[in-house]
Amino acid sequence: MIVAQRKNIPDLLSIVEKHKTVLVLGCGTCVTVCLSGGQREVSIIASALRMAARLNDLPLTIDELTIERQCDNVFLEQASDAIKKVDAVLSLGCGAGVQALAERFADKPVYAGLDTAFIGILEERGIWTEKCAACGSCVLHLYGGICPVTRCAKHMLNGPCSGSREDRCEVDPDRPCAWQLIYKRLKDIGQLDRLKEIRSPKNWKPSLSGGLRTIVREDHRV
Amino acid sequence: MSMNTQAFEPRIVAFCCHYCAYASADLAGSMRIQYPPNVLIIRTPCTGRLETEYFMKAFENGADGVLVAGCMEGGCHFIEGNLCARKRVNYIRDMLEEVGLEKERLRMVNVSAAMARPLADIIFDMVETVRKLGPSPIKSQGTLQQECLS
Repeated sequence: MIVAQRKNIPDLLSIVEKHKTVLVLGCGTCVTVCLSGGQREVSIIASALRMAARLNDLPLTIDELTIERQCDNVFLEQASDAIKKVDAVLSLGCGAGVQALAERFADKPVYAGLDTAFIGILEERGIWTEKCAACGSCVLHLYGGICPVTRCAKHMLNGPCSGSREDRCEVDPDRPCAWQLIYKRLKDIGQLDRLKEIRSPKNWKPSLSGGLRTIVREDHRV
Repeated sequence: MSMNTQAFEPRIVAFCCHYCAYASADLAGSMRIQYPPNVLIIRTPCTGRLETEYFMKAFENGADGVLVAGCMEGGCHFIEGNLCARKRVNYIRDMLEEVGLEKERLRMVNVSAAMARPLADIIFDMVETVRKLGPSPIKSQGTLQQECLS
């Protein structure tokens, strides 16, 4: 899922303060699961903004709504009536949600209320970690399902650097060395021989460094 | 709004766990122990039932202070509800500071069902703390809070 975290209240207030009516719009998908932009967070942030506005003598009215998904035009329609009534929208969706809203409601200012962080998983209660860098050409099948591109600080593809201590990363000792994990995992599944093959430098063109990415499925187009 | 500090009576919402603080407040009544009438006690099955937005809504609706009273640590009827509540209270205390409100207006305490006198003392202390801080600057007229306590 996409993991995000909320901006702080003074920043949010400064983003919306020049408007009179603002809709805080939540998203019921990824950001609900990572506890940053679901119905509950919409309620809390809307309350906080109302209070902050009152303390700063700003005539700001805050509405609240959460829709199923912000990154899909079909679901965005659920918000169209509420958006028509306000001067601006503060989206608690990920970056994709904010941009989908801005494109669909061209005459309405749409602001991001969250900082979208990464694609990751819930590691344990209250802790999310990055697992995928969306590099565009997945190599997980070569490394036992552990991604060296995301989880190795140096993106090493042919074994560990010489900086790791025990099983810890030299960049951050709180983090396990990805290559230690890869070696153990490949050993466990009997595929250590995969490490004997030398991997050529990764082609970064399918990643963000190649510019905006688009996927087209002709069989689904009408 | 100018307000005479002498005349100011804080309005405090107290979320009290059914198994301890609420029973304790009940015991205070049986024992004829006085505590300030500034608190609006709301019984909750466990402080772990309290969502973070409840505290925000209480302040938004004009509470001068919010007291969360749960069981002693290790004594929660639902094992760890009071520990969850303390974390949520701390989260909202930080958020209140971001908003510009004093975090001392929100407080979590732990009492047992037998602690009628300590609970009364806690309520006295909370009322005095909030009295010193003054009326909540969030307060607006005709709020649910004022209607409940009038």
